[in-house]
Amino acid sequence: MTFYSPVITNAREAESNEKLHLFRYVEDPDQPRIDTFEAHGGYVAWKKVLSSMSPSEVIDEVKASGIRGRGGAGFPTGVKWSFVPKDSPKPKYLICNADESEPGTCKDRVLMERDPHSVIEGMAIASYAIGCHLMFIYIRGEFGHSAVMMEKAMNEAYAKGHLGKNIHGSGYDLDMIVHTGGGAYICGEETALLNSLEGERGMSRIRPPFPAIAGLYACPTIVNNVESLATVPFVINRGADWYKSLGTEKSPGTKIFSLSGHVNRPGNYEVELGFSLKKLIYDPEYGNGISGGRKLKGVIPGGSSTPFLTPEMIDVGLDYESLQEAGSMLGSGAVIVFNEDTCIVWASLKLSHFYRHESCGKCTPCREGTGWLEKIIGRIEAGQGRPGDVERIEEICGNILGRTVCPLGDAAVMPIQSAIKHWRDEWQYHIENKKCLVKSEFGF
Amino acid sequence: MILTPESIQLIREKAARYPRAKSAILPALTIAYRQVGHLSNEIYEEISEAIGVPALEVAEAATFYTMFPKQPTGKYLIQVCHNISCSLLGADSLIKYLEDKLDIKKGETTADNLFTLISVECLGSCATAPMMQINHDYYENLTPEKVDEILERLRKES
Ligand SMILES: Cc1cc2nc3c(=O)[nH]c(=O)nc-3n(C[C@H](O)[C@H](O)[C@H](O)COP(=O)(O)O)c2cc1C
Ligand code: SF4
Ligand code: FES
Repeated sequence: MTFYSPVITNAREAESNEKLHLFRYVEDPDQPRIDTFEAHGGYVAWKKVLSSMSPSEVIDEVKASGIRGRGGAGFPTGVKWSFVPKDSPKPKYLICNADESEPGTCKDRVLMERDPHSVIEGMAIASYAIGCHLMFIYIRGEFGHSAVMMEKAMNEAYAKGHLGKNIHGSGYDLDMIVHTGGGAYICGEETALLNSLEGERGMSRIRPPFPAIAGLYACPTIVNNVESLATVPFVINRGADWYKSLGTEKSPGTKIFSLSGHVNRPGNYEVELGFSLKKLIYDPEYGNGISGGRKLKGVIPGGSSTPFLTPEMIDVGLDYESLQEAGSMLGSGAVIVFNEDTCIVWASLKLSHFYRHESCGKCTPCREGTGWLEKIIGRIEAGQGRPGDVERIEEICGNILGRTVCPLGDAAVMPIQSAIKHWRDEWQYHIENKKCLVKSEFGF
Repeated sequence: MILTPESIQLIREKAARYPRAKSAILPALTIAYRQVGHLSNEIYEEISEAIGVPALEVAEAATFYTMFPKQPTGKYLIQVCHNISCSLLGADSLIKYLEDKLDIKKGETTADNLFTLISVECLGSCATAPMMQINHDYYENLTPEKVDEILERLRKES
C-alpha cells in the first residue's frame, strides 16, 4: 500500500526548480519504493560517504553547509554532531525526531509517508558521522501510516544492503529501529524523548549533561528533526557550497513551511529561507490569500509556540534572523493565518489549553502557571473576566518565562504575551463588556 | 489472557531488538492497544511477563500517555482535533455536528456502543483541517457531507 497525506505541496515547482530538493519527488506515488527512490538518485550519497569520506569529513561538510536544525531551535546541525566525544568507549546513538506535535506543523509526516527513504538515507549518513551503529526514528503514536511507511522502507533498505552488517563492503554496521510514541507533545522535546524511548514517562531532563554527552542510556546521543536529516544527502551529493548558495547568508538552504488556518490554499511549501511571508500567504501559487474574502488579523509564523505578527509586520523574510528581528521566531516553520473574525482571547484560550494539557508537570512554574493561564483566559472568554486580569496574565507569564526545566514553559507564554501586546484593547473590551469584540464562529 | 499469542510474539520480537527491554514498553502498549482498543491492569501484567519488566513500570509509563484509552470505548473512537489550526476551520462546529448526529455529548458513547466521541490536541494534519482520527485512520479536509458519508460507511461495516 502506498499511503500519503492529502496535503497540498509545491512538488511541481520543486521538480522544475533545481534549488528546491526536499519536495522534488513527493507527488510521485512510487517514490516510497526503493527502486524508484534509487532511480531518482537515492542512496548515492550514502554510498559516497561509505566509500570515500571519513566521519569527520562528513561533519565538516555539513558544518560548512550551514544547515540549522529544522525541529524548532535552529541549532547548526554539523556543530551539534561535532559535540559527540570521539574517544568515548560507550555506544553512540542517533535519533530522528518524528514526534511532530507542534500545533500547525505537518511537514515531517509528508516526508515520511511520501519519501521515507530520504529520511533513512539522512539518518544513515548522520549515524556514520557520529560513529553510531544503532539508530532510531521516534514517530508520534498517531502517525500509524508514517510508521508503516518507514518500517516498509527500512525493510527494503536492509534487503538492498544499505543497512545491516558490513554495509556495501565498508566494514561499517548499522541497524535501525522504528519506534512509536504515545501521543505526547512533550516527547518532541529531546530529553523527554530520551526518557520516553527508555520506557519511562515522557518528562524532560535537567541539562547539563546534554544528550550529545549523556543521552539515551546515558550514552552520547544526537537528536535531529526529520527535515534536517532528509536534507543531509543533498548536502553530501551537491556540496556545502551549493547548499550555502540557497537562502540567505545566515540562514542557508530551503525549508518546508506548513501553511494553515484562514488561507485559500493551505499546504506544505518548500521555499528558500528568506522567502517573503507575505508572498507565502497571498501568492496564487502558495496560500492564494485569505479565505472567504476576509482581511488578515494576524499570523503565527513558526508554530504555536512563536509570537504573533500583525498585518503590518508580514513584509518579512522567512528566515531565522528576519523573524527574530520582527519579534517572532522561525520555530518549526508552521505559518498559522488568522482572519479578522478571530477573537484574540478565543485563540489564546485554545493555545493555553494545549500547553496546560501537555505540560509534563516536572517543574512548578510551568505545571501551575499553564493551569492559571488557562483558567484566567478561560474566564475572560466566558464573559467573567475581572479588572486586572490582563495584568495578572502578564505577571504569570513573567514568572514562567526562563524559569523552567525545558522550553515548553516559554512556548506556552510567548504567543500569549504577544497577543496581549498587539491586541490589548481587545482583551480589555472582552473584560469590560463580558463578550468578544469579534465572534469566532467558524463553520466547517 | 487478553493478548493473543500473535500479539505476545510481536511484543517479544520488538523487545529483542532494543538494547534494553524496557524501551519496548511503548511499542508493546501500541500493539496491545491495536488488538484490544484500550489498556488495563491485566494488559500491563501480560506485557510485563512478555518483556520481563515489572508491571508497575509498564503501568507507570502507560498512564502518562493520553493516546491510549484506559477504559473500553465504542467500536469506533472518534477523535476530533480541537487545536488552533483546526479550530480556525471549524473544529468547534464539527464537534457540535457530531454530537447532534450521534446524539451524545463529547466524552460519551452511543447507546449501541458503536461510537465514542472525544476531542484531542493537534494531530499533525493542520493544513488539511478540520480533521479527525477514527481508531487508527485520519480523515481530513472534512465537510458535513464527508462526515455523513464516513459515519454511514462505518455503520454499514459494523
Ligand atoms: C516542547 C517541545 C516540543 C518539541 N517538539 C519537537 C518535535 O515534535 N519535533 C522535532 O523535531 N523537534 C521538536 N522539538 C525540538 C527538539 O527538542 C530538538 O531541538 C530537535 O529535535 C533537534 O533537532 P534539530 O536540531 O534537527 O532541529 C521540541 C522542543 C520542545 C521544547
Ligand atoms: S517546562 Fe513544563 S514541560 Fe518542561 S519540564 Fe517543566 S513542567 Fe515539564
Ligand atoms: S491543529 Fe488540528 S491537526 Fe494540527
